Amino acid sequence: MNAGRLKGSTKRKPAKAESAPLAELRDIGKTFESGITALRGVSFSVRRGEFLSILGASGCGKTSLLRIAAGLLASDTGSISWKEGTRPRETGFVFQEPALMPWATVGANVRLPLRLLGSDDRTAALRAREILTQVGLDKFADTYPHELSGGMKMRASLARALIVKPKLLLMDEPFAALDEISRFKLNDELLAFWRELNCTVVFVTHSVFEAAYLSTRTLVMSPRPGRVVEEIRFLPATERFDPQYRTSAAFAARARKLSDALERAQ
Amino acid sequence: MKRDFTAPLVTLAILIAAWEFAVRFFAIPPQVLPAPSLILQTLAADSALLFGSLLVTLRITFFALLLATAVGVVLAVFFSISRFAERALFPIAVIFQVTPVIAIAPLLLIYMEPANAVLACAALVAFFPILSNTALGLASADRQLRDLFSLYDAGWWKALLYLRLPTALPYFLGGLRIAGGLALIGAIVGEIAAGSGGAGSGLAWRIMEAGHRVNIPRMYAALVLIVLAGVAIFAALSWLQHLALRRWHASAIAPE
Repeated sequence: MNAGRLKGSTKRKPAKAESAPLAELRDIGKTFESGITALRGVSFSVRRGEFLSILGASGCGKTSLLRIAAGLLASDTGSISWKEGTRPRETGFVFQEPALMPWATVGANVRLPLRLLGSDDRTAALRAREILTQVGLDKFADTYPHELSGGMKMRASLARALIVKPKLLLMDEPFAALDEISRFKLNDELLAFWRELNCTVVFVTHSVFEAAYLSTRTLVMSPRPGRVVEEIRFLPATERFDPQYRTSAAFAARARKLSDALERAQ
Repeated sequence: MKRDFTAPLVTLAILIAAWEFAVRFFAIPPQVLPAPSLILQTLAADSALLFGSLLVTLRITFFALLLATAVGVVLAVFFSISRFAERALFPIAVIFQVTPVIAIAPLLLIYMEPANAVLACAALVAFFPILSNTALGLASADRQLRDLFSLYDAGWWKALLYLRLPTALPYFLGGLRIAGGLALIGAIVGEIAAGSGGAGSGLAWRIMEAGHRVNIPRMYAALVLIVLAGVAIFAALSWLQHLALRRWHASAIAPE
C-alpha cells in the first residue's frame, strides 16, 4: 500500500483532477422565525463525483444547509445554481433517523421513491429486490420496520435512497445513532456504493473520524451562525477500500488535521 | 391483543349476586328494585318488543357514526389543506361540542323530521372526537418523511394518500372508539327529547313508556340492553382498531 497517496492536501493547493462542479451555492443565509440565525454567508461548490463532508458541531446549521441544498428549505439570502439547471431528479436523501413509514413493509418503504416518481410497480419491485439484496436485507422485504434493529433500519433507509440510482446522495448524519461496529460496516458499504454508482455525495457529520474516513473533501463549519471556515481536501484514495486503512497512520493524520481545523473553528 | 376478563367478570357476578340476595332478603318490591332474575325474565317475556327497539337504536347509532365519520374526516382533511379553514371553522366545531346535545335537541325537532332529528343529535355528539383526532393525526406526519415526499415532488394528493392518512389512522381509530359510545348516548338523548312526538320505538322511548306505566322491571330490561349495546359497540370498535393496527402500531405490538 502506498501510504503517500493517502496524505491529505490542505486548501489552496490545487487538486490534481479537479472535476466539474455540479452545483454552486453562494452566500446562503438562513434565519428562523424564532430569531435564530442558523447560517450566514455560506458559499461552496459541489463537484461531480466527489464525496464531500460537511463537518461541524451540533447546532451549527448543517441540517438546514443540506435541506436548502436539496431544495426542501428556502434560504433567506443567496442562491444555488445547478449545472444542469435543476437538482438531479435522481437524488437520494438519508436522514438522521431511518424515517421509515411504520405502517409499510421494508419492501414498500424502499419502493416509495420510485412510486412517487411514477415508475411502474414491476420495475419498482424488481429494483427493490435488487437493492435490498445489496444492503443485505433481502430476507426482510415483508417485515415491518419495528421488527428491525437500528442498524437494519438504517440499511433500509439507505436502500430507499439508493433505489433511484442517485446521481446525488445527500446524507444528514445518517449513522450518528448507530453503534460503532454497525457504523464502520455501513461506512465501508457506503464507499462501495459511492464508487459503484459513481455519484456525488454530500455527507453531513459531526464525526471527525467519519469525515476523515469517507470524504475526498471536507468543509469545516463554525458554530452558529454556521459558516464554512475551512476546506480540507484529500486526494482520492483508493486505498481507503483496504480494511487496514482505519488503523493506518495516514488515517490518523487526516483525522488529526480535521480535528485541528474543527478546534480552530470554535 | 390478549386480555384476561376474569377479574371484571367475577366482580360483576358478585355484584349481581349481592343485588339478587339483597332484593330477596329485604323483600324489596319489584316496583322499587327488581331482582336481576326478574329483569332477565322480563327481557325474555318482552323480547320481541325490546329487541325490536334495540335494533332501532342501534341503526340510528350506526348511521350517526357513519355520518359523523364522513363529515369529521372530510373536515379534518379540509383543515389540513387550509390553515385558514381550520382557524375559521374549528371554534364553531368546539361550540357544538361544548353545547349539551339535550339543549339542542328540541330545536332540531322543530326543524327536522323526528327520525332525522334523532340521527342529527347522535351524529352531532359523535363527530367532534373524530374531527379533532383525525385533524391532529393528519398534522402529525413525520417531518423527514414529509421532506422525502417533497424531494420527489409528490403532490398534495399523494402525500395525503400515502403519508398523511396512514399517519392519521391510529388517531382516527382512537377518536372513532370514543365516538361510538357518544353516538349511542346521542341517539338515546335524541329519542328522549323526541318523546311521544317521535317515531317512538327506540330503547329510550321504551324506558320512558315503561316509566309512565310504572313497569320498573321493563325499564331495567331496556337499560340492560342499552348497556350491552354500548359495551358491544366499544368492543367492536376496539377490535377494528386492533385489526387495522396490529401489524405495525406501537399500541398493538406486544413487547418482546
